[in-house]
Amino acid sequence: MNMDIKAYIILSLILFSIGVVGVLIRRNAIIIFMCIELMLNAVNLLLVAFSKMHALSPVAKASPTFASDAQVFVFFIMVVAAAEVTVGLSIIMLLYRNTRSVDVNFLNRLKY
Amino acid sequence: MELTTILFLILSTISIGSAVMMLMSRNPVYSVLWLILLFFTISGHYLMLNAQFLAVVNIIVYAGAIMVLFLFVVMLMNLNAETEPMKNYRLQLVGVIAGGSLLLVLISAVMKIESNEPVLMLVGDYGLIKVLGKLLFSKYVLPFEISSVLFLSAIIGAMVIAKRDVPSTTTASKELKKS
Repeated sequence: MNMDIKAYIILSLILFSIGVVGVLIRRNAIIIFMCIELMLNAVNLLLVAFSKMHALSPVAKASPTFASDAQVFVFFIMVVAAAEVTVGLSIIMLLYRNTRSVDVNFLNRLKY
Repeated sequence: MELTTILFLILSTISIGSAVMMLMSRNPVYSVLWLILLFFTISGHYLMLNAQFLAVVNIIVYAGAIMVLFLFVVMLMNLNAETEPMKNYRLQLVGVIAGGSLLLVLISAVMKIESNEPVLMLVGDYGLIKVLGKLLFSKYVLPFEISSVLFLSAIIGAMVIAKRDVPSTTTASKELKKS
């Protein structure tokens, strides 16, 4: 009932690369923000997979909370992402109110 | 093929497909909906890894709170496919090629790894709510409390930034106009 770790690494890499491509090719600021969330989720998935890989390793024998530490780490990443989204979306709202657009190509001057 | 392998392949196909569809769809509302589907499949992956707490938190926080916030902002701005500007296909091609080469380099680096350790799918109670809750309130109680301060500052920051500017009527700006 066990999977290879390589399958999880490759899945996370594919999701992360799709996020990178999205940041590069899309011009809507909200879509770019969503791609950043996608990259965060790819990293979270890889952290959980690694925690289950090392759960029975000799290092984990020394400290009993070895595998659970990574999952607490993922929980804190989610907490920070939620705080980041509120501030980022309010900044995008402010930009939209000033320029009536969320196209990042119009926002390259940092001043209006 | 084992059952876990089949489940993993199905979930991975749906997640990669919905990630691609999120990029391809012109309407931002559809993008948000595809991303919600992606978060549900990632929760499925967490369930297969026996990380039940993270699966539930992923659905509540990401698919529940964050994506609703995104949907709310998209609908508030009244964006649709027509407002999307005309795109430069050559620049898009360059972006896809750059991302594809990044993926190629990373995967070829991963394929060099000789050891192929298995991931223990349904073994151990490392991801249960009981274990993580005890850990969160003993070893990680300080970061947990600091994160509440982070949330407070995020709330205040969002309110200050998104507040509609009233025309400035302070004495300093009046004197600035006079001079």
